[in-house]
Amino acid sequence: MADDNQEVSTPSPRPQGGRPDGPRPDRGPGGREGGGGRKFFRRKKVCKFCVEKIDDINYKDVRLLGQFVAERGKIVPRRLTGVCTPHQRRLTSAIKRARNIALLPFAAR
Amino acid sequence: MQRSYEVMFIVRPDLLEEDMDKLITTLQGHATTAGATIQNTEKMGKRRLAYDVKKFSDGQYVLFVLQADGKAIHELERRLRVSEPVIKFITVRTDEEKQRLDKVRKLREAKVKRPPAGSQQAEAAESTAAV
Repeated sequence: MADDNQEVSTPSPRPQGGRPDGPRPDRGPGGREGGGGRKFFRRKKVCKFCVEKIDDINYKDVRLLGQFVAERGKIVPRRLTGVCTPHQRRLTSAIKRARNIALLPFAAR
Repeated sequence: MQRSYEVMFIVRPDLLEEDMDKLITTLQGHATTAGATIQNTEKMGKRRLAYDVKKFSDGQYVLFVLQADGKAIHELERRLRVSEPVIKFITVRTDEEKQRLDKVRKLREAKVKRPPAGSQQAEAAESTAAV
């Protein structure tokens, strides 16, 4: 519970590979009551690729892809990162290519 | 049919620089005789591998950007598989992606050009659309 507070306060929607306690738009105001009087401030997550106008999601760009891979090497789901569907699709294939050439791990440790 | 491809491969880390250059030139020679035209070669240097490959935890990455048909790529891949210092390789077809990117860029340019021609209203509409 303590770390979802942290996640809300971070300036950018960075994937932490954490639990799906992040913003879920369809939950609506229910989140306000659920946390025992705790207040949730949900920012609308936006797709990084749309905002920064990154057209080319290349498998060689490990720095970029690394942001969407959890600690254990898993691809972080859309609902945590806010990436839009078309970009997530490209991102997934890029990550899989990068794994194939040992730029990213299939499973870390 | 000629298409654009990228072939990336990892060479074992203990291979010397001169041997590496020799390997690259021979591979290029094989590729060109098979009917490919090499547009660019890039030595991306030594990198730590994300997982062990043939018991190596480091590797030297090399990237070929080339224009080739399927047969030439097949031949190049066979050579890579046979050549001993190469521990891993991947071939990626890039022509479709390139086309898509060109299209996106064109669309974007067209969008950028429009606002000065129109009035302020168009700009306002666009900014709300962006939000």
